[in-house]
Amino acid sequence: MSQVLVIAEHAGGKLNVSTAKTVKAAASLAGAEIVVAVFTTAGSPVAAQAAQIAGVSRVLEVTHASNDHQLAATLAPQVAEVGKPFTHLFAPSTTFGKDLMPRVAALLDAPQISDVMSVESESRFKRPIYAGNAITTVEVAAGTKIIATIRTASFEAAAGGGNAKVESVASGVTLPSHTRFVALAAASADRPDLQSASKVISGGRALASADAFKLIYGLADKLGAAVGASRAAVDAGYAPNDMQVGQTGKIIAPELYIAIGISGAIQHLTGIKDARTIVAINKDSEAPIFEVADIGIVGDLFTIVPELEKLIDASRK
Amino acid sequence: MTNQPRRILVAIKRVVDYNVRIRVKPDGSGVMLDSVKLSINPFDQIAVEEALRIKERGRADEVVIATIAPADAQATLRNALAMGAQRALHVVTEGASVEPLAAARVLLKLVEKEQPFLVILGKQAIDDDNNQTGQMLAALWNRPQATFASKVELTDTAAKVTREVDAGLETLEVDLPAVVTTDLRLNEPRFVKLPEIMKAKTKPLETLTLASLGIATDARVKVTRTDPPAGRQRGIMVKDTPALFAELQKRGLV
Repeated sequence: MSQVLVIAEHAGGKLNVSTAKTVKAAASLAGAEIVVAVFTTAGSPVAAQAAQIAGVSRVLEVTHASNDHQLAATLAPQVAEVGKPFTHLFAPSTTFGKDLMPRVAALLDAPQISDVMSVESESRFKRPIYAGNAITTVEVAAGTKIIATIRTASFEAAAGGGNAKVESVASGVTLPSHTRFVALAAASADRPDLQSASKVISGGRALASADAFKLIYGLADKLGAAVGASRAAVDAGYAPNDMQVGQTGKIIAPELYIAIGISGAIQHLTGIKDARTIVAINKDSEAPIFEVADIGIVGDLFTIVPELEKLIDASRK
Repeated sequence: MTNQPRRILVAIKRVVDYNVRIRVKPDGSGVMLDSVKLSINPFDQIAVEEALRIKERGRADEVVIATIAPADAQATLRNALAMGAQRALHVVTEGASVEPLAAARVLLKLVEKEQPFLVILGKQAIDDDNNQTGQMLAALWNRPQATFASKVELTDTAAKVTREVDAGLETLEVDLPAVVTTDLRLNEPRFVKLPEIMKAKTKPLETLTLASLGIATDARVKVTRTDPPAGRQRGIMVKDTPALFAELQKRGLV
């Protein structure tokens, strides 16, 4: 029977929804025991939050002063130690998991499978290669310990309402002091989180300036949506890097995705292809974004977006 | 202090050029790689550029390029030398692809041989998209890692690295030696000039074998099938903003 250890992602005393999505991926293994490991500091509420995820049998809480910031260098030895008895170690394929898990895999001499989009069996998985232009089925020999990162856009969050037991685990490993946290320049916190938002409005190069990009924020705020951007818009400085949607940015799966002035380069489409409904606004009728859009409109975004805002306002009166 | 030159090791991978549109073989046995253009992985090109800039700022004496690839990948190494690196190491493989953990073991051997104060690699290769090798090398070497770097500032004993993370921009300070993996916005690689290409032809290029390094590269993760991704259906076009709004309303999205 599989025993899966899910490494919780959290920040500021809050469990990230990516953790419940990773639990959902683990639940694809029939009969697996799913345990969540929370690496945190004393007094953190995160373990209690993890205990509420449905399907989790136990939560292991490992406290250490260095867990204040979730640095791969200090987390990896703890994860490797706690993870020893488990058949599978899963973490979300966010920058947190991508940074951490290969370091764990090397410490445990185990192969890693990155960006798992489907758990087919305890030893067989599906994952994208070439920016999602091909999907591979990969297999390891039965009984191989597996480290995996889970593509969060491929899994819904496991439900709440669970009541797992929280066990405190003392970590005896010596942690290195060679890596130190300096600062985090966080993205704006007053909008929904891009990775987990149900609606996302993204702007592209056609916005043509950081000032014009405010148009995107305006529409997003009206719809309670998160804001994204194409790589071209980020490279041009119209939007910050953490808003980048695409293969090398965030891969998202919102209910509604509105692409405004985004032509639809392959690497961008890779980041949105699991969105439920894609809307494209673009003045170029040949733009590749229209090939994947559920609803498309050809026209000037500087006309259409204000018109759309007015119609939304009018409908709410 | 010893008189050892201050060395940066840059690991690069040859991949299918980022402009090539990949096609999956109809029988599911893989992607079509016959006569497609091969280039240096774009993230690795950024790694080479960063190493060269550090050297040009006087913080390194030598930039050494390494690759683990079949014999015909030498041209890719020469390209990196033409960008301005001093030497190259070519660990020659026989066709079979090398998994990230095995690649990290090979790179560790090269690190032990070259004693760099900094190893820079791309955060991922755009073929397998694994995003593992740099972190694995750092773990095996028991040294710090600073992944997804968008800015690197060096002192004599440490590096201050800004990282592109989901929450924004994180800055870490890591003691040297360390492993840095590059993100796209770290720099814009230079164009190679013709005289540099000529000069690169005579730069030292050392060939090593996996056997001589004592690394087994048996694949533990086997690809059993490759399929094209599930496509999205093309949807509808609407003629004006009221029609767009009506459609969004109909679907309960606004």
